Amino acid sequence: MSDELRELYQDIILDHGRHPRNFHPLEHATHLARGHNPLCGDRVTVYLAVEGDRIADVSFEGRGCAISTAAASLMTEVLKGKSIEDAKKLFAQYHARVTGGTAEELPEPLQEDSERLEPLTGVKAYPARVKCATLPWHAFEAALKSGLAGDTVKTE
Amino acid sequence: MAGAPLRKHEERPGRFDARRLRHEFPIFETNPGLVFLDSGASAQKPRSVIDGLAEFYRNDYANVHRGVYALSGRSTDLFEEAREKTRAFLNAPDGREIVFVRGATEAINLVAQSWGPAHLEAGDEIVISDLEHHSNIVPWQMLRDRLGLKLLVAPTDETGELDLARFEALLSPRTRLVAVTHVSNVTGALLPIERIVKLAHAVGAKVLIDGCQAVPRMPVDVRALGCDFYLFSGHKAYGPTGTGVLWGRYELLAAMPPWQTGGGMITSVEYAKTEFQDPPHRFEAGTPDIAGAVGLGIALDFIEGLGREAIFQHEEALTGYAVDRLSPIPGVRLVAGGQRRLSVLSFNVDGVHPHDVGTVLDRHNVAVRVGHHCAQPLMEKLDLAGTVRASLGVYNDESDIDRLAEAVEACREMFR
Repeated sequence: MSDELRELYQDIILDHGRHPRNFHPLEHATHLARGHNPLCGDRVTVYLAVEGDRIADVSFEGRGCAISTAAASLMTEVLKGKSIEDAKKLFAQYHARVTGGTAEELPEPLQEDSERLEPLTGVKAYPARVKCATLPWHAFEAALKSGLAGDTVKTE
Repeated sequence: MAGAPLRKHEERPGRFDARRLRHEFPIFETNPGLVFLDSGASAQKPRSVIDGLAEFYRNDYANVHRGVYALSGRSTDLFEEAREKTRAFLNAPDGREIVFVRGATEAINLVAQSWGPAHLEAGDEIVISDLEHHSNIVPWQMLRDRLGLKLLVAPTDETGELDLARFEALLSPRTRLVAVTHVSNVTGALLPIERIVKLAHAVGAKVLIDGCQAVPRMPVDVRALGCDFYLFSGHKAYGPTGTGVLWGRYELLAAMPPWQTGGGMITSVEYAKTEFQDPPHRFEAGTPDIAGAVGLGIALDFIEGLGREAIFQHEEALTGYAVDRLSPIPGVRLVAGGQRRLSVLSFNVDGVHPHDVGTVLDRHNVAVRVGHHCAQPLMEKLDLAGTVRASLGVYNDESDIDRLAEAVEACREMFR
């Protein structure tokens, strides 16, 4: 296996791609949104249970490639228990990193989460795959806005 | 073809030599090691086409059908010569039946928007197959909604073969048009066009054939096929992008109203009234893609130079080799392509999303298409999010298929 490919498909990605965490609908969801990439057919639904300004629980379901599945799975892990404000900060920084933009330094408590997401930043070398890594996050952002109306956000 | 013994097609003197042919395609010089298996999406260009375009612009370029000066005359002659080459290529009876368009998509839209409303009324039926590209679905869907037509879909069976009995059952005196592909861009299935035409004509329907995948790789004779419209994209036939051809029977084209209007397609314009040209110029409003048509003519010369029967044999044998090479790989599932499959092979690797396969293959320098291939309804029917598609060109040989198979094995290894 080429080292270059291993940069993209690190063990943690393959593991989360095969065995996604928090992969189920959320009965007590307060927010949900669907993400759809018409180009590859990937679909993801992100569920949130928001209590006050905190994401008490988060889950997802759908079908997609290893990258988008792992991105969604890792996203649910880091978002659980976060304040909405911190979650948005994490997304902004993650987005910058996977698109090769300038990433702002995050406050201390979020740095560990940021490192959890590090394996996904390999996609920046694969422009065609960046959307795979951001799709679940866009769905998360849409869920925050749409509540239970369940908007669909499209990326391609 | 599955189940047949592994074929290595032997090197005979004078036989098709894809490896040598590769030198005719500069892309393989500038991209050494490239295994290009996406000709079904668009073919690479031979040197003769690339250089021919530049030569034309350098030596003979001016607008056509306009100027009285010699240069414009020369440009017009070359443009019309390309039309004549295309006529001969399709064995069409009359050069006036060759309409230059931007591509197959535009050709189908032209027929849908010009022929459609002039000949169809509410309750009339159009029959397509379930192998169609979006470009042979959506224009008819729009027309259906506009005119109150019915759009019926003839299914393929589990072997990937068009179910002729069910196709026939869909036909009725209300059937006005049958629009089907010659070769599927997803499964490679070669459709029995002559049978389809006979059945359709028996109920008085016209037949339109999407020849995008057929034209670059097999003999196409519109008189023998007996269809009413035949169309293809130039860029899939080694020609420039932005070129395409609509062939239609002259009496049909002559009875069709103009589509896009403007310069070049009129005989006289007054504020009260405009007189239109006869086909093909009636359908070629504005300055056409002159160099593109000339380049397409050169591309057709290139294909003819190799011999379409020889290309057909080469690609059919190579398709068989690819089937034999890929099907034994554990976890690889080929999409059924009927009894005769030509140059297009779709497959999935168990447990690995097509996009991940595509990325791994790309890193092995193997270029394939992944996704729905502009055939979402077919993906839906096959219950697939997408497939990996390898499609052949004249420059491919067994070494390319071997590299594909090795990359697929590596992919399986990685996602094990």
